[in-house]
Amino acid sequence: MADSDGRQVVSINHSTEEDVKLQEVVQAKCEGKELTKEEKQRLRKEKKQHKKNKKDDRGPPEKEKEKEKASVLAPSKPATQSPAHKAAPVPVNASASESPVAAEKPAKSKAEQRAERRARQDTERASKQGKKEGGQQSASSKPKATPNELQPVKRLPEHIQVDDPAALKKLAKKLERQQVPLRSDYGYKVSLFSHLHQYSRKNPPTQQISIPATVIHPSIVRLGLQYSQGIIAGSNARSVALLHAFKQVIQDYSTPPNEELSRDLVNKLSPYISFLSQCRPLSASMGNAIKYIKKEISNIPSQCKEEEAKRRLQECIDSYINEKIILASEAISKYAIEKISDGDVILVYGCSSLVNHILCEAFEKQRKFRVIVVDSRPRLEGREALRRLVKKGIRCTYVLISALSYILPEVSKVFLGAHALLANGYVMSRVGTSQIALVAKAYNVPVLVCCETYKFCERVQTDSFESNELDDPDDLIVTRNGKTHLENWQTVKSLGLLNLVYDVTPPDFVDLVITDLGMIPCTSVPVVLRVKNVDQ
Amino acid sequence: MELQAVLMAAGGGSRMMDLTYNTPKPLLPVGNRPLIWYPLNLLERVGFEEVIVITTKEVQKALSTDQRLKTDVKLRLDVVCIQEEADMGTADALRHIQQKIKTDILVVSCDLITDVALHEVVDLFRAHSATLSILMSKVHEFTETVPGQKGKKKAGEQRDFVGVDVTGKRLLFMANEADLDEGLVLRKSIMRKHPRMLIKTGLLDGHLYCLKRSVVDFLVHNKCVTSIRGELVPYLVRKQFSKSLNSQNATEDSEKNQKQQDAHHNLELLSTSKDEALLQLARERSCWNDHRGDMSEAYHGGKLRCYVHIMEEGMCYRVNTLAAYIEANRVVPKLFEDPPIHPAAVVSERSLVGSDSIIGPLCQISDKTSIKRSNVGTSTTIKEKVKITNSIIMNGVTIEEGCNIQGSVICNNAVIGRGADIKYCLVGSGQHVEPEAERTNEVIVGSDQLMEI
Repeated sequence: MADSDGRQVVSINHSTEEDVKLQEVVQAKCEGKELTKEEKQRLRKEKKQHKKNKKDDRGPPEKEKEKEKASVLAPSKPATQSPAHKAAPVPVNASASESPVAAEKPAKSKAEQRAERRARQDTERASKQGKKEGGQQSASSKPKATPNELQPVKRLPEHIQVDDPAALKKLAKKLERQQVPLRSDYGYKVSLFSHLHQYSRKNPPTQQISIPATVIHPSIVRLGLQYSQGIIAGSNARSVALLHAFKQVIQDYSTPPNEELSRDLVNKLSPYISFLSQCRPLSASMGNAIKYIKKEISNIPSQCKEEEAKRRLQECIDSYINEKIILASEAISKYAIEKISDGDVILVYGCSSLVNHILCEAFEKQRKFRVIVVDSRPRLEGREALRRLVKKGIRCTYVLISALSYILPEVSKVFLGAHALLANGYVMSRVGTSQIALVAKAYNVPVLVCCETYKFCERVQTDSFESNELDDPDDLIVTRNGKTHLENWQTVKSLGLLNLVYDVTPPDFVDLVITDLGMIPCTSVPVVLRVKNVDQ
Repeated sequence: MELQAVLMAAGGGSRMMDLTYNTPKPLLPVGNRPLIWYPLNLLERVGFEEVIVITTKEVQKALSTDQRLKTDVKLRLDVVCIQEEADMGTADALRHIQQKIKTDILVVSCDLITDVALHEVVDLFRAHSATLSILMSKVHEFTETVPGQKGKKKAGEQRDFVGVDVTGKRLLFMANEADLDEGLVLRKSIMRKHPRMLIKTGLLDGHLYCLKRSVVDFLVHNKCVTSIRGELVPYLVRKQFSKSLNSQNATEDSEKNQKQQDAHHNLELLSTSKDEALLQLARERSCWNDHRGDMSEAYHGGKLRCYVHIMEEGMCYRVNTLAAYIEANRVVPKLFEDPPIHPAAVVSERSLVGSDSIIGPLCQISDKTSIKRSNVGTSTTIKEKVKITNSIIMNGVTIEEGCNIQGSVICNNAVIGRGADIKYCLVGSGQHVEPEAERTNEVIVGSDQLMEI
């Protein structure tokens, strides 16, 4: 079984590490040097850590079995919900009692890890040989489980580690602590994307939440539902809705006695954010908004009264939305309209709220242009963009993405919206955007990406596989003339349905990025990020 | 708080007077539990912690004394009594408790037995910010013979016509056959906004409604609305498509119209909330639309939305007729894993109790009795050599020796004399059937009850 193998591998590593350390000690003794105080400390700490790891290895496999039981019971049909409800709380309660105990152990080991790392770095600066061997050991063992690392390893976010059982275990523990139900994955995942979550709309995240929602604020439950059903879609809409829900949460919040608002409110928001990410993975814009809110909350001075603090937070949220979204789109449309000349044929893809806004403004300013809306399955968002533009009075053509190379010779400019702009200049947007940019480059048509600065994020990605979102695979199923050929796709073992949501476009295909700070080349994104960080 | 539950248990059971003239409808035993236990259990299972129960004094007394209700139900019951003679409709009752209502409400009727996943109904209410969300289910044909029914089954109650849009979730049209004079009249505004509408007739209304708080305030202002199902729901469904206040004709100034205008005005005003601007912004920026093919935005810009969840499979019964009562008694015991024979019952070893029968506590079943496919209530005494098939025996009944009871309903505290042969009969509360009687397909009730009708 993989479990026992994993344990074995870890224990082998431990033993080899111990051997190495012993060797070092022996070496040091042979060399006549006495073990330095630091080395003695380090050895003692490492011995303690090994003991703890052995205990942990025994503990988690048991918990994993219980989690499996709980997760198997949870997605049972509603008809059997009553017996399932009775049974599920029992294993959940049992593991809940264990989890606070286990939670303390990693906390202790983290502090120990830090101390150890410091001590080790000091000694290893002195002896190069030990550094090399220690590095090798840390690479082979799991970076999170063992403390024997040189540099602090960047933790990968959970939502792209779905095929790692340890990460899943950690997530399940965290959700249980926060009393947020775990949403189970659905259907067969294409192997290249098996590290991502794939949820089904038929299993809503509210299946296991009590009615009325008590643990999670009702407006957050409503928001999560709207995300998972796609009622609120699009980067800007999701951020605005999120901030609106947070405003209501802050409105209904009351500080418990002996607690400070600045610390307690942030803790209250964490389970809500976990719930929302279970409904639909958070977007980059939402992540930035949450960071901003948390910073604002923790900056509230402790002598501030609750009413005053709440009012201040509401104002912060309003000003954030006003500056970063509303005024930003005004600024962007001002810059973009300079780039639209009379007689232009503009190609847009999907439904980007920003691009639609730009085109509507340009039309109001009496520019003469026509628009080609390119659309793709299964979302077919272009229909909504088409509706808004035609309602305004703009002349539009509608094609599917398969007709792209046919229509491109007519196009003079391509305007694209973005979900996020990554730190290496790559543009993350709706799946299909990179195709459009590629073909446009082949036809020498300029590609302009419009993006507000609050969507810039510090991640670096060069391909669309590493971090993406898998939508409901049943959306790809089509019923025509009463026949649904893919109805039983799950029974065909060699068939997998893939419904990707995002893809990344390299900066070579993008000619200009229009932001509220001005028109910048794609490669200047890290500069903007650096300036933003300095400001904050 | 998100939702408050309101349980309407003051109804009289007007369609099964034979059963309810002595026992109030919420206390009728179904599967050896009082009828009111089932909606309370449903609410408890999904996570409600307290319920407002609107009922009569008799039921309130039973709620506090009945063993089963006290021990099994862990909800906190906030019982509001209303006079039986006041003849309050369900909407009147909501108006009566208006002070207690602080959030959106979930109204349940006491005669609903269902295993629906309640989150389906509530999710529609939450996700679309709906004003009304109801539960409906496909009607199941009743297969059991109903005692006292002479001749072939009538066409039944009048049908409900329910119009839904292509997704099957949005409620566009709702009317009862009784309200339609000659034909179904559809407003052009509905057809313009939703050119494809499915009209279904084989649906049973579950009487489970999620209502926004503003609707309760609207009821307070409009005292003419008495019944939720009869008046409020069709009004709200119609109101989805009525013209907004701006386009109403300003020359209509008769008193009645003025009041109506005020009423409409109130409903629209009351349904706006704070931070409406932000919600509007989010909706504008979102690339979602609930319909396609015309040039309007999501929901056609309407603020009032009504949704329906239609249960395709699963159990949903409304125990408001005798046939439904019998059917429910047949199906319900299979749901709950109670032991079929209550431990407190005294069953003699030489009797034959079938596996699909249930025996309530404190029963006494004597030798050589055979009980098949039947429900026997609390404190019932069954003497020797009795044969009971396909029947429902309520509480406190005494059945003397040698009786043969088939396909019948025996109500509380009845006495069946020895050697009686009862087939497909309904024996009313406290009635005595004389020994050696042979009754088939009859309703045996007392003379005082006849006077009530």
